[in-house]
Amino acid sequence: MIGAMTSDSGQPGVRTAAVRRPGDTIFRTLTTGAGLAIVIAIALIGLFLLIKAVPSLAADKDNFLISANFVTTDPNNLMFGIRDLLIVTVLTSLVALVIAMPVSLGIALFLTQYAPPRLSRPFAYMVDLLAAVPSIVYGLWGILVLGPALEPFEIWLNSTFGWFPLFATGNIPISGAGTIFTVGVVLAAMLLPIITSVTREVFRQTPVMQIEGALALGATKWEVIRTTVLPFGRSGYIAASMLGLGRALGETVAVLLILHSSPKPANFSLFDGGYTFASKIASAASEFSQPLPTGAYISAGLVLFVLTFVVNAVARSIAGGKAAK
Amino acid sequence: MTTTASTLDRPATPPAFQAVSGSRKIKNMVATVLVVLAFLIALVPLVWLLISVIARGYQALLSSDWWTHSLKGVLPKEFAGGAYHAIIGTLLQTIVCAVIAVPVGVLAAIYLVEYGRGRLARVTTFMVDILSGVPSIVAALFIYALFLSTFGLGQSAFAVSMALVLLMLPVVVRSTEEMLRLVPQELREASYALGVPKWKTIVRIVLPTALSGVVTGVMLAMARVMGETAPVLVLVGYSKSINFNIFDGNMTSLPLLIYSELNNPNPAGQLRVWGAALTLIILIMLFNLVAALVSRFSAIKTK
Repeated sequence: MIGAMTSDSGQPGVRTAAVRRPGDTIFRTLTTGAGLAIVIAIALIGLFLLIKAVPSLAADKDNFLISANFVTTDPNNLMFGIRDLLIVTVLTSLVALVIAMPVSLGIALFLTQYAPPRLSRPFAYMVDLLAAVPSIVYGLWGILVLGPALEPFEIWLNSTFGWFPLFATGNIPISGAGTIFTVGVVLAAMLLPIITSVTREVFRQTPVMQIEGALALGATKWEVIRTTVLPFGRSGYIAASMLGLGRALGETVAVLLILHSSPKPANFSLFDGGYTFASKIASAASEFSQPLPTGAYISAGLVLFVLTFVVNAVARSIAGGKAAK
Repeated sequence: MTTTASTLDRPATPPAFQAVSGSRKIKNMVATVLVVLAFLIALVPLVWLLISVIARGYQALLSSDWWTHSLKGVLPKEFAGGAYHAIIGTLLQTIVCAVIAVPVGVLAAIYLVEYGRGRLARVTTFMVDILSGVPSIVAALFIYALFLSTFGLGQSAFAVSMALVLLMLPVVVRSTEEMLRLVPQELREASYALGVPKWKTIVRIVLPTALSGVVTGVMLAMARVMGETAPVLVLVGYSKSINFNIFDGNMTSLPLLIYSELNNPNPAGQLRVWGAALTLIILIMLFNLVAALVSRFSAIKTK
């Protein structure tokens, strides 16, 4: 009997070749089914968006990729394209990343290397609180409080560096500050806790031996960080930033509330108005009734889904599937 | 180990160390200042935002009607009525979402930790990551395409809950997975050694050990989906009165109340907007607080 036992201890599922119990089979099927359900959910999202988008794409009178129009009032004469949506989405996300990446790096370093150990947790909690604020409140604050405060700065940027395309006069007046720039600043605040929390965990795993080695060689605190913490955590930091980028690309309501719409096409300025993919869809949500015009928005949603899918997949592959949560 | 005892006993004299050069000192100082500055910068939006919301919204919360009345029959410019209907709506939608998302999420996490080997497990982990990156508006559009457009169902709070499920699932899976991995292997082995079947080991030994962590994760996930606005814009209509039926009729949640009152230019509307924002933040903070308390008072015993 003993000889017949096969055991591979050390594995989580230690199995003694015994009878298969019905309870085990049922439970295993249940849990596997739940795992499978998530895979199927993603597949269904892609599939259904595609199914609903194709008829509208076929009926599109404009070029979907390069048209700046988004006219869906007449189902028989759909004219829509994603040029402007793509430009505005990418610009807002890039502004957010450019601001949030260095600041998050600083915060993660502060929390793991500089803050007194006793205070590190409460400090980290304060940064995490930024993630607890819902995006619609960020939107409110952005357009009613932050925007007016940023307005003089944006006017100064525009008048001083207006020769540089990014700071050129946009397709909406700066007054009220419903610009890509304001959206970027608000998105940056929303990204801080996301990028920081992942980066912080990676930095915390820096081998103590390396840190102590650097200290023993007489390195200053900054040199320790530069030679041990940063090289060790670089991939985690980049993966975290990609996750943040994914979040920024898909942010909906904050952008919808802040960004002013513009009748003119975007011209790559930070002082443009317009819509991102997400805010365009949300802005038309109440008019979803006829299948063809709705399909136009669903096709924009499909592009957004593919974009975030790719960004998240890249983030995951950079992190090696371990550091990123 | 050839150093003699006398060398070790002697204290190091100054020439033994090289002084840190000025430029290195300055670099170190600059780095320190920048890092501390980064942290302070992060606090600016937090403090500024909270102060703005509290200062503009606290008056709405002081009226007792706010917590007990809806806006039914209240004129746009009237300082009356409350957010009771929206609070109910928010809680209902979140709870229905949790009722669906938590069992699936926990089971999926059990699969990943206890059973998951091979291709399907790798694909599942990958898809959980992808799902956690799906924008809320895309989740809303998907539910719209599936429920409203394909099945021909009307707008309802249940559709919102289904969209929220997609957003909540990955959070529940990730946090549960993490907690299950913290459960010591010895506990499982002891249970197996006593002849307890694997499923019973998981249900009676592993899950109870990880329970507080799982509950914490669920509370945080609920706090996260509570503030989602995109699904309610697409999937349910605004209503000024109370509705307990999630399958039929319009139902207002706090984000939807904020969004629709934004179109109300009267001072009363502005007060409602900020009041609802403050109420939403308070609700979310409450969930966060409970989560923190649960995890503090019943942390996993790893030893």
